[in-house]
Amino acid sequence: MEYGLILEWIIKAVLMLLILLIGFAYTTYLERKVLARMQVRYGPNRAGPKGLLQPVADGVKLIFKEELIPAKADKLLFILAPVITVLPALTILAVVPFGGTVNLFGREITLSIAGDLNVGILYLTAVTSITVYGMVLAGWASNNKYAMMGGIRATAQVISYELALGLAFIGPILLASSMSVNEIVNAQGRMGWFFIYQPIGFIIFLIATLAEINRVPFDMPEAEQELVAGYHTEYSGMKFALFMMTEYIKMIVVAVLAATFFLGGYLGPFVDQVPWLGPVYLFIKVFILVFGIIWVRATWPRFRYDRLMAFGWKIMLPLAVLNVLLTGAFIILFPGVIR
Amino acid sequence: MPDRPTLTLTEASMEEIKHLVSKRAIAGETVLLNMGPQHPSTHGVLRLLLELDGEEVVRCIPDVGYLHTGIEKNMEAKTYIKAEVMSDRLDYLNNVGNNLAYCLAIEKLTGLDVPPRAQAIRVILTELQRIASHLIFLATTGLDVAATSIWMYCFRERNLILDIMEMCSGQRMMTTYIRPGGLWRDVPAEFEGEVRSFIKVFPSRVDEYEALLTKNPIFLDRTKDIGVLTQEDALSWGVTGPMLRASGIPHDLRKSQPYSGYELYDFEIPMRSEGDTFARYIVRIEEMREALRIVEQALDKLPYGPVRSDNRKYVPPPRSELGTSMEALIHHFKLWTEGFNPPKGSVYVAVESPRGELGVYLESDGGPKPYRIHWRTPSFTNLQILPLIARGHLIGDLVLLIGTVDIVLGDVDR
Repeated sequence: MEYGLILEWIIKAVLMLLILLIGFAYTTYLERKVLARMQVRYGPNRAGPKGLLQPVADGVKLIFKEELIPAKADKLLFILAPVITVLPALTILAVVPFGGTVNLFGREITLSIAGDLNVGILYLTAVTSITVYGMVLAGWASNNKYAMMGGIRATAQVISYELALGLAFIGPILLASSMSVNEIVNAQGRMGWFFIYQPIGFIIFLIATLAEINRVPFDMPEAEQELVAGYHTEYSGMKFALFMMTEYIKMIVVAVLAATFFLGGYLGPFVDQVPWLGPVYLFIKVFILVFGIIWVRATWPRFRYDRLMAFGWKIMLPLAVLNVLLTGAFIILFPGVIR
Repeated sequence: MPDRPTLTLTEASMEEIKHLVSKRAIAGETVLLNMGPQHPSTHGVLRLLLELDGEEVVRCIPDVGYLHTGIEKNMEAKTYIKAEVMSDRLDYLNNVGNNLAYCLAIEKLTGLDVPPRAQAIRVILTELQRIASHLIFLATTGLDVAATSIWMYCFRERNLILDIMEMCSGQRMMTTYIRPGGLWRDVPAEFEGEVRSFIKVFPSRVDEYEALLTKNPIFLDRTKDIGVLTQEDALSWGVTGPMLRASGIPHDLRKSQPYSGYELYDFEIPMRSEGDTFARYIVRIEEMREALRIVEQALDKLPYGPVRSDNRKYVPPPRSELGTSMEALIHHFKLWTEGFNPPKGSVYVAVESPRGELGVYLESDGGPKPYRIHWRTPSFTNLQILPLIARGHLIGDLVLLIGTVDIVLGDVDR
């Protein structure tokens, strides 16, 4: 294998991690600012101009916090759980293209790590599911009833909604006739964005991902008012920060996925002439989706646990199955649409 | 250095709580969960011992006393005038109402008469305080179902009311503005304008809250048919206030035994018959609108005149008289050192606080300090039905049910 290729991958992977970590920091800032504005407050405005250094201050604070491990906790799992939670969140985006091919230092570089992986979607569904192990282990290892309940809720919720999520992926797969994420984006370039063909699928995807990342109105596992902080009740310092990191990185990740599968990914006007526009378009789409997620948090109350399960199994799942059938029928009836 | 004892954790002894929980908990089939006193949504320092079957609450055992302040006993050690400041601290969301109940009791005991202007201002401030208290209810209910924005919106409006309180008394919460025989002093000139501007802005804000919650399908799902309190249960447990009215009994002390001139104003008693969390929410929302109507009427009719009784045996003379009148100086000295001596006897006065019937039982032995003062606080009585309405609901609903009782822990432990 070519030496330069390995270097290219390493650089891309490091860049991806940096983007996600900085993205995480500033998503927390964005959330606090947007929520504050919606709630007639100012939000962070002390650290740096307009509070822009607030994420840095938060990070430094959390690093210097005492790391408490409860006396009766299972120490190994207690330490391992945040790691298991955060790793998948950091690696999900490996198969997502951020742009087309650019010419840099005389090399043709594709703006993705493994965008042309032919089982890209399989990879996505597999990796996203791992996070829940971290949550349930955290809940169990804490030896705390609130944390345990949070962990159990998380498991039940993620399993219920992953089914609908997996079925929502099938729409784009069928339309693009490929499981490669690159191919799905390219197909959207030829046929138009998939949310036009997949309105139900798009909505199911959005709802299921909200549940998947435990955001309002599906934030049952960490329902502050009920379970104190759910599975991370006993965590402090940097271990707590890892859970928070997971939550916000996953927020970015699902926004990227929603943009990639239904909103044309990095595609946009003139992107084939100026490939550097790709990441910019993707950023704009992700920003809008993340803003929407925050907006939902400012507006909606939380579901009740049993209603959440009923909603997942009785409404989301049948609807997702129906959507798959409809998509299949559509493709058979109008084969000309698939290009 | 002597050896410090090492901290060891001991299992909570089953023997201690055996009489409280069911047999299934002792057999280990159900989980015992300690909720509070340090918990984000027990509205203060309420402790609940929960017996859970999965997420379902089998039994809920409230444990009060974590905020015991000894206010009743403390009041016995102070003169009647000085004891009044303690009453603010009982139910800290309804301090004007507490002052009112206390002053009404003293006025009943001593036969003091209150000038009409003071009566009207008392009504205005009490009703504003009722709105502020219901705003807190609404804010915390929103927070309990994770609708965080409504919290900030309610506090924005509550702030307007606190500004009015501050303008009148110099204090935002612990006003002690109502005094035996009238008020501390007349309201400032800007008072009417401020209240009018509040009356103008508030109805649209209530509509805003309702737009966020009343028709929200998730909120309806969380509140309808949750924690149903039947008429019979409500009556037999002595529940009062919005909780009673939400269970279909239109009992309101402002109508049934008017005080401070409530009979002069035209207002409705909001009532629902469902008795569930949603009914209690709607009743409180409607009460805010009605309270605003009362404020507006009282402000329109606000008479001119003195705001304090001129019975110098009980009411301190105005400051301006001290330099010119010997009697005023003597009265001032006597009232602020020894206090006044009401006649022997006992009285019970009840007012309608935002949470229900707030009663003051006052016993005087003829001396300058109350012999015994007992507060019949609505939060304490209403909290008793929590185990009843929480049974069989999920832990998420329990949080909402604590909120719907609208307890103030300062009012529960006193």
